[in-house]
Amino acid sequence: MVDASKMTEEKTKTSKPQSKMSSIIVRFAGDSGDGMQLAGDQFTDTTAVMGNDFATLPDYPAEIRAPAGTLPGVSSFQIQFSDQIVSTPGDLADVLIAMNPAALKVNLVNTKKNGMIIVNESVFTEQSLKKANWQTNPLTDATLKDYQLLKVPLSDLTKNALKDHPLKLQEVERCKNFFSLGMMFWLYDRSLEHTINWIQSKFKRRPEIVNANVAALKAGYNYADITETMPSQYKIEKAKLEPGTYRKISGNTATAMGFVAAAHIAGKTLFYGSYPITPASSILHELAALKNFGVKTLQAEDEIAAIGTAIGASFGGHIGVTGTSGPGLCLKSEALNLAIMAELPLVVIDVQRAGPSTGMPTKTEQADLLQAMFGRNGESPIAIVAPRSPADCFRMAFEAVRIAVKFMTPVILMSEGFLAEGSEPWKLPEIEKLPKIEINHPSAGKTPFMPYARDPKTLARPWAVPGTPGLEHRIGGLAKADLTGGVSYDPANNQKMINLRAEKIRRIADDIPEAVVNGPESGKLLVLGWGGRYGSIYQAAQEIRRGGQEISFVHLNYVNPFPRNLGKIIKHFEKILVPELNMGHLLFLLRAEFPGVNAIGFNKVQGQPFQVSELVAKIKELL
Amino acid sequence: MSTDTAPKPPQSRDDFISGQEVRWCPGCGDYAILATVQRTLAKRQIPREKYVFVSGIGCSSRFPYYMNTYGFHTIHGRAPTIATGLRCVNPELSIWVITGDGDGLSIGGNHLIHCMRRNVDLNILLVNNRIYGLTKGQYSPTSEISKVTKSTPFGSIEHPINALCIAIASEATFIARTLDTDPVHMSYVLSRAAEHRGISFVEIYQNCIIFNDKTFTPITGRDTRDDRMVYLEHGKPLVFGKKKNKAIKLNGLDPVIVDLDDSQHQKDLVIHDEKAKEPHYAYLLTQMEYPEMPVPFGVFRAIERPTYNKLMQNQIDQAVSMIGKGDLRKLIYGSSTWTVS
Repeated sequence: MVDASKMTEEKTKTSKPQSKMSSIIVRFAGDSGDGMQLAGDQFTDTTAVMGNDFATLPDYPAEIRAPAGTLPGVSSFQIQFSDQIVSTPGDLADVLIAMNPAALKVNLVNTKKNGMIIVNESVFTEQSLKKANWQTNPLTDATLKDYQLLKVPLSDLTKNALKDHPLKLQEVERCKNFFSLGMMFWLYDRSLEHTINWIQSKFKRRPEIVNANVAALKAGYNYADITETMPSQYKIEKAKLEPGTYRKISGNTATAMGFVAAAHIAGKTLFYGSYPITPASSILHELAALKNFGVKTLQAEDEIAAIGTAIGASFGGHIGVTGTSGPGLCLKSEALNLAIMAELPLVVIDVQRAGPSTGMPTKTEQADLLQAMFGRNGESPIAIVAPRSPADCFRMAFEAVRIAVKFMTPVILMSEGFLAEGSEPWKLPEIEKLPKIEINHPSAGKTPFMPYARDPKTLARPWAVPGTPGLEHRIGGLAKADLTGGVSYDPANNQKMINLRAEKIRRIADDIPEAVVNGPESGKLLVLGWGGRYGSIYQAAQEIRRGGQEISFVHLNYVNPFPRNLGKIIKHFEKILVPELNMGHLLFLLRAEFPGVNAIGFNKVQGQPFQVSELVAKIKELL
Repeated sequence: MSTDTAPKPPQSRDDFISGQEVRWCPGCGDYAILATVQRTLAKRQIPREKYVFVSGIGCSSRFPYYMNTYGFHTIHGRAPTIATGLRCVNPELSIWVITGDGDGLSIGGNHLIHCMRRNVDLNILLVNNRIYGLTKGQYSPTSEISKVTKSTPFGSIEHPINALCIAIASEATFIARTLDTDPVHMSYVLSRAAEHRGISFVEIYQNCIIFNDKTFTPITGRDTRDDRMVYLEHGKPLVFGKKKNKAIKLNGLDPVIVDLDDSQHQKDLVIHDEKAKEPHYAYLLTQMEYPEMPVPFGVFRAIERPTYNKLMQNQIDQAVSMIGKGDLRKLIYGSSTWTVS
């Protein structure tokens, strides 16, 4: 065994050969208490600083601490980084770091044949093998013969490296994630600086923890440098991204910022009412911290109260937003319909997760689309937009607010777990160039105020704010008389108002960008995706093209209404392939909107995004 | 705003009457409540555009349509949530929530509790008629045990909920009870509620002439009210009876009726204290129920606690004064960026 702690620090030059790689997928896996998300985050931050393009996917159980060492307790973090444009966290890992037998068991299927597997050999004991349902020890039998196996006694090496540090055994044990991170930093020739700075600021009140974590990190780095089992280092050059200033961003953070930016541009207070639910809660956390932006957050007693408070804020003339995930959206249906009837602006963000019912809370899915479209009583059309990547959550959150206030309607923003927690580089927008959001609240005129008079272009009704003299009026869920908004059970009036509200939503199509075909504008096959599927479809198209075939795809950020040119686009293709993480929601809407369309679904509901290879195979089958 | 400074012509009840035709059943207690609210608000110095009435679903929840103020007739049980959101973004309005025993205590019970414990600056009028009227006569959470209704043909087997107990348990800062047949008392209670900063919870006994007629008559009827109602006055004993010769004393933790004509009972009477710091006394009052005891009307509790909306604003003001007004560019760019050229 190598005593890493004895080695000199800050080795700047390795004696080992370096080979260049274009793209790498690393997967950190361990117990939920092993700090794998943290290791992954730190690796990502450094990757960002090194100028690679990347995309990440945290994948963890819903249980906070499932019993240690068991299969349900495994938490993992995957990152793909590259000198090319990367739009997915990648299919199978080139390198798997497995901190225990359970992590190895769960993640072997996510690792490439011939890929590198680094296991924490220290914990492959009879007892922990049994806990992870290994009949025999995979480190000694033939299980891993197709992989490059690196048996590293991570726990023991960490202990050894920290033997002079004044920490409890349990605290020493916790440092092993930094040891493994250090190894990865060496393998891909990354600097330790960013992580060391982070450790110093994170634990600044506990210098002994700072010292231990930094020591573990360096020990891991040095161990990798000298161990014979790691024969070479890999170098990934900077990616050629569009010029600009970048930061790393996750979907939920981008969403929160999109709302703040929209409210700021509109000159309004952002009010966010929400009830904690995975995977939407971190939007509430982000916004609750932004008090100096005047953001008002309310953790409501339930999902209904959350949307109720947001509607109240909208009624009061501000930006009312509520956030949730699928089960919460069910509970909000009635209130959402009230906002449709009252024609108030409102944004509901649904960070979709795998259903039905409680389903798989920490896993991703796109199966709330039809609920968003139709999950209310009566005729209740609503605008639906969906971000395509973590950073794109900013743009679409902003758009959702813009549409809501311009058209006086609720808008559902359909994110998903995969985007919410995944991260990527974000080319930062110039604040001055953000779209304008103009709001004109009426004041009393010479004629009586008509709360349901409409803008001739958008059909939006006026947004009169309580407190304005002369505009006193009543709104509510009962059927409304045209213009006056009084209660009306008149049959013809009811028909007219329902038609008007539907037409209002249709007219949003005149206000949003047209769909863009990526690839030839006609052909045998068009891949049509929406929301979070952009990355895998883009990457699949690249691969098809590299293979010499042509392929076209269209990606929808606006799902209701569809972009106005979508019908025209799809007429130029023989077949439309619709890949979705549901059993055919967009497919259903396409068939309803464009009868006779030759659309084929490609569907998956396993709580995981598509692998690029799956998509490539399906596309090839149809080409 | 000019309306705040310029002398305004006095408002009258008419200023608060909307054009919408009132559609409650003839003889419904809601008419008296509507008229009293309109008269009471007209007497206050606040212009009508500053008032907002928010309601849920039920007969009484039609209330906003009849008020010439801002109004929002929302969905069943959820009025407190909408009113809370509105209050959070607007500190100037006078916001009134109109709810009923079904709307507030059944489907909306959760919101009622949380809105009270948060001490949101709202006035909640809970119109209690112990029946579901709009759905044509099912028992409500305040219906008496054994009550025969359309949905309880063999009598209700449910123990009724006591609205004021819920308010006390939720630590509401203003809690009162009044009745539809005493407009003077109602007006007094409503004025007090309007002046209170924080949550004001008022239970109004109301008669549903169609589905639950005379439900409160044994207590509030012309012939019985003197002996079966006791009006609470801060700092005074709980005196009642046609001849004002009865009062309440405590026997351990139990209130008992004493005869004031008997000179030995004239001392150690319970003196009403609406400002009592602890809620025990107010809770004890809520337990005075017909037929054993006279039923208390008036202000049970009026204490001060910072309002939710004020605390929310304070945190914002503090954050701004400590770290300055948020800079959007700094937020978006964050602490760690890199440049690609």
